Amino acid sequence: MLCFEDFPVGRRFDFPSRVMTAEEIVAFATEFDPQPMHVDEAAGKASVLGGLAASGWHTCAVMMRMLCESYIDRTAGEGSPGVQSMEWKRPVLAGDTLSGHCRVVEARVSRSRPEIGIVRFVADVTNQRGETVAVCDYANMIRVKATEAAADAHG
Amino acid sequence: MRMAELYPVGGKTVLGSHLFTAEDIIRYARQFDPQPFHVDPEAARHSLFGGLCASGWHTCAGWMKTFVAFWTAEYVRLKKEGKVPPELGPAHGFRDLRWFRPVFAGDTITYSVTLLETREQASRPGRLIDTILCEGVNQNGEPVIRFESTVMEFA
Repeated sequence: MLCFEDFPVGRRFDFPSRVMTAEEIVAFATEFDPQPMHVDEAAGKASVLGGLAASGWHTCAVMMRMLCESYIDRTAGEGSPGVQSMEWKRPVLAGDTLSGHCRVVEARVSRSRPEIGIVRFVADVTNQRGETVAVCDYANMIRVKATEAAADAHG
Repeated sequence: MRMAELYPVGGKTVLGSHLFTAEDIIRYARQFDPQPFHVDPEAARHSLFGGLCASGWHTCAGWMKTFVAFWTAEYVRLKKEGKVPPELGPAHGFRDLRWFRPVFAGDTITYSVTLLETREQASRPGRLIDTILCEGVNQNGEPVIRFESTVMEFA
């Protein structure tokens, strides 16, 4: 498993690509964000978004899945304290293929819990034209290598 | 009408509550955030969280769900009263999102919104940018989430 030490500033993880189908967009929005432009193609076309568009929260969810597949699945992760910023730059429309990458921008050991490192990333989610659709500045809590944490704990 | 006339700056409006069942938590997480503490009750018991808990993005989506339900009802109410409700445009994103506490299976989260600031876009009269504070507390009154969002308003 990847530990805190495996996340130096600058390390990059590439996302697998994923097609955003109309069916998935409508299913997500029906449950969580049933605004017309997210559940109805005609309403989406008539809106400023220009087509059946994914809820921004759906884009967040898909980005999370990409983070899982690119590194979290093989990381000794302990969740996240939060997100500094999320910018929805462009609409994500039905049929778009999303991909992208994230990069470590800051890494430090927690002062109150020295067995945990706090790693800040910036994720760039792109569409099939290479346009950025979302930028997310967020943090993960990741375990420090066990031997070192144990050594610290025992002074 | 403008949002600030309906909901004075600084006043908190309760949107509604949402129950996070184990079934919903697992269904969301299997699709978008399949970390062990979100999909496997037994593994979750042994994690730092101590029990099955919702993906932070699921908690966010719950805010949106209660907001859309609230605003849809408000829109109808205002029209019935002969008032002209403001039209809301897409959000640009959010910032300063904090997940304060896990949302465990069986928790009921009560969400709220507070208008923090409203300002007219100098370049586009009649178009306002609203900054809103979005929050959620659990059934014990403990804060679980907060973030700030910017939303377009057409007066």
